[in-house]
Parts: sequence; C-alpha cells; structure tokens
Amino acid sequence: MSTEIGKNKISRAVLYLVLIVLTFIFVFPVIWIIGSSFKDTGELFAWPPTLFGNHPTFDNYVTAFSQGDFSIYFFNTVFTSVVATILTIIINVMAGYVFAKYRFKGSKVLFGITLATLMVPLEVIMVPIFKVIVATNLYNSLWGLIIPAAASPTAVFLVRQYYIGIPDAYMEAARIDGASEFMIFNRIMLPLAKPVISVLCIFSFMWRWNDFLWPKLVINNENLYTIQLALANFSGEFNVDWTSLLSMSAISMIPVIIVFVALQKYIIGGMTIGGVKE
Amino acid sequence: MKSFERRIFPYLMLLPTLVIFGLFLFYPAAFGFWISFNKWDGLNPMKFVGLDNFTALFQDSDFLLSFRNTMIFTVLSVPGILISSLALALMLTRRVHFSNFFRAAFYWPTMISTIIVGLIWRFMLGEDFGIVNYVITSRGGQAVKWLTNPTAAMGVVIFVTIWSMAGYYMVMFVAGLNSISETYYEASKIDGSSFWQQFWYITLPLLKPTILLVLVLSTVTVIKTYPLVYALTQGGPAGETTFMVQKIQETGFEENQMGYACAMTAVLFVVLAVLTLLQFRMTRGGEQDVD
Repeated sequence: MSTEIGKNKISRAVLYLVLIVLTFIFVFPVIWIIGSSFKDTGELFAWPPTLFGNHPTFDNYVTAFSQGDFSIYFFNTVFTSVVATILTIIINVMAGYVFAKYRFKGSKVLFGITLATLMVPLEVIMVPIFKVIVATNLYNSLWGLIIPAAASPTAVFLVRQYYIGIPDAYMEAARIDGASEFMIFNRIMLPLAKPVISVLCIFSFMWRWNDFLWPKLVINNENLYTIQLALANFSGEFNVDWTSLLSMSAISMIPVIIVFVALQKYIIGGMTIGGVKE
Repeated sequence: MKSFERRIFPYLMLLPTLVIFGLFLFYPAAFGFWISFNKWDGLNPMKFVGLDNFTALFQDSDFLLSFRNTMIFTVLSVPGILISSLALALMLTRRVHFSNFFRAAFYWPTMISTIIVGLIWRFMLGEDFGIVNYVITSRGGQAVKWLTNPTAAMGVVIFVTIWSMAGYYMVMFVAGLNSISETYYEASKIDGSSFWQQFWYITLPLLKPTILLVLVLSTVTVIKTYPLVYALTQGGPAGETTFMVQKIQETGFEENQMGYACAMTAVLFVVLAVLTLLQFRMTRGGEQDVD
C-alpha cells in the first residue's frame, strides 16, 4: 500500500512539473514581448538579454503616440470595434429573436440560408467581395469594415438558442395587454437577453479588435489603418522597427488583457463560442 | 387570425441581417463562381474562357506548391492541436491544485491577435537577436535558422499554430471530459484498471463526439491560415510556407488575375464546404451549439 502512495506522489510531482513547464511555454513569450517594449534600441538586441532591460523606459510608447501615426490607428481600431459591436448586437439579436419566437412563411428557408453562410467564409469570396466593396463606396472607409461583417450566423444561432429557453408566456401576456410586437421585443424580451448580449459584446469586440483580413481587403489608405493592419504592414518592411512594433503590440493587447481577466471565470467554466474567433 | 403587424414584424426584424448576407455574401459567392470561368484583370471587360482557368491551375507549379504546403501544414498541425489540447484537458481534470490558473495560462494565447502571435514568435526566434537562439548558443549550440530554413520554418509555423490554438480546444475537451460520468471510472477502478486502460476503454470512446468536432473545427480554421504566416514568415523561405489563401490574395490583388484567383478559390471552397457539412451533421444543423 505504501509503495502505491509513494508512486502516486511521484506521478503527481511529475504532473505539476509538466504543468509548470507548459505554463512557461504559453506565458513567457508574451511577457518577453511586453518586457522588451520597455527597452531602447540598444538594449533590445543586447547580449545577454534581460527581461525589462537595465534602464526600462516608456520612450517607445511616447514616440509611438507622439511621432508615429499610432494614435490614428488606435482611434480607427477603437471606432471600428465599438461601432461594429453595437451594430452586430442590434441586428443579430433581432434576427435570432425572430427565428426563436415567430412562425412565419419561409422561416425554415431563411434559417437554412443563415446556416449556409457558414460555408462561405471571407477567405472564399475575397476577390468578388472586393468588387462589391468598391461598388458600394465602402472601399477605404471604416464603414467597409463595420457593415459587411456585422451579420454573423454564429451570433444569430446563439441568440436563437437563448430565446428558445425563454417562455412565450411573457409575450402572450403583453399581447393581451395590447402591446405592439416591437414593444414586446424592446421592453420585455430585449432586457431579458442581457447575458447572451454581454457574451456577444465581448466576442464581437475581440474579433474586430484583432481582425486582419477585412482591413487588409478594405483599407489601403494609411490614415485608415487599424492597429493590426499597421502591425502587419510595418512588419513586412525591409528594416523592421522592432521598438515601435513591440510597443504597439503591447498596447493593442491591453483590451485583451482586461477582457481576459474579467472573463476568467467564464473561460474556466467552459465557455466557448465556436466560430466566433476568426 | 394574426394581425397584419404580427405577420410583417418578423420580416422587418430579419431585414438588416438578410440584406447584408445577400449583398456581402451570396452575391459575391455567385459572382465569384462566374468570374472563375473568365479571364479578368478587374478593370477591362471579362472574357469568357470556360474551364481554362481550372486546367491551368493543375499545371501551375506555384499553385500546386501552395496546395501541397497547405495540405502538409494541415495534416501535421491538426493532430498536433488535437493531441495537445486533449492532453492539457486531461491533466487539468485530474484534481490539480491551481487548475484555474493553469487553465487561464493555456487559454491566454488564443485571445491574442494572429498578427501579434506571429510577431511575438518572429521576435523570439530571430536568427541573430532572438532569445531562443541566445539560449541555444550560450549553451554552446549552433544558432538555428528558424525562419529561413524551409523545414525549420514549416515546423515553426506548425508549432506556433498549435501554441495559439490548443487552449481554445482544451476548453471544449474539459467540458467533454466533465460530462463523462464519474461512475465509469469508479467501477473500472474497482476492477483494478490502470490510467491508460481507463483512457483507451472509457475516455476515448465517450469523448468521440468532441474529438470529431475539434477535428473538423480545427481543420477548417487551419486550412484558412494566412495572417499568421503574413506576420511570421511572409510565406517564405522561397514560398515554402505560402498557403492557399495567401496565394489567392496575391494572384487576385497583386497580379490582378481575378478569374484565375477565383478558380483557386473554388478549390478551397470545395474543401471547406465538405468539412462544414460534416460539422453540420455533428452539431445536428446548428440545433445544438457548436461547442
């Protein structure tokens, strides 16, 4: 018996050791990047390397905001992410609600169409959608990032699932009291959807904040770059300016860190939304 | 008899979503299908060429290279993602102290943008300035050409893909593992079975639905890889990490061969459509949540 306990102890120790090594592999690269963003050019490539440099400085951040166009990219990204998230929530909650609570001619077909959109990811329509973007005057406009990607099948499903779980009795009662259909939605059913709306908000915001392919297709004018597009394009230059790239990357991770800390318990609870991460 | 308002209301509510789907999804999809049978530079009138684009495709060594790269990359990284996310989940469901901390640590990279993931590893693996090569050389080893040697570069792209995605599927596996009833394990313990026996005869069979779903979801995501290589290797060295989406993007927008790019897209579409249909069957057509 005692040997079994001993064996068990060893295997637990090995398990913890493996977990600690893995944690290092998953976390260290990000810490290294953030640490390096406080080094000046000389220290960035100094050997032996140190985590934060011998003289940590905010200079890279100050330069990024004052000299470069980083504040413009930052504004573009905030604007796009916030407006797109609001629009995404509004139209997809409307659609998901109707699919859950109404029976109407063509509802099955329309829901099937919504499902079918999953088969046509942006990667598959890059070339023709470019022509549509140009024709609708959305090329080189932040609205070109906001509007086309606002309708999301995943969001519609999620909202629909949520509303299926809410009894129709609320609606029936309101109808008897003479409420209009829109009033029922706006006053009763919409406030009930707060949990699913907050989940969608977070994922939609993160997706827009981190998105690369839409900006790559729609934006060519440097004054309209989002942070991700700027990072991607500047990293492709012959002489990569690592100091500004690192500070820009670190800043763009701030909302992600906030969301992550705030959401931890949901993540730990096993929350995922398939397909929302693009 | 339903009121007029009640009959018209659903359509009004669906209108914005359906207009966007129509204008920015179905119309371009149909238009793209048509373009693929034409020669078109995007400016001058289209010229119908029948199947010429498709026949040219299968003799185009550049396209075939990107197709081959995509397949190699997918075939190697999908099992990597599957095994590592399952392994992480298995470790974390064994009543570990600080399991919430570990779970958060492994999940964290999935929230970072793909571009930044690429930059992070490009900085870590820089040939003569990266910390990884510093550690190797300071131990007396030879600096590795992580991003300029074709084999190493493909390996790096696969590793980074796994690094950035394992945590996401880990969460799905944790949910799957937690839904397996404890009684199976207790019963098998009484029969004296080992951890591996339990894994083979209880965990794996009962986890089959989750495994299949992760397989399909990760394949669909991995096949579309583009931003990561854009930031990490730019598709190099010598096109060895250029995948299909990048090839389509370059053909369509840098070489202005829209028709030809659309033909490439059709190949990608067929592969993805088959996988997505598989996914529908597994989730019973969206009736069940994708997770």
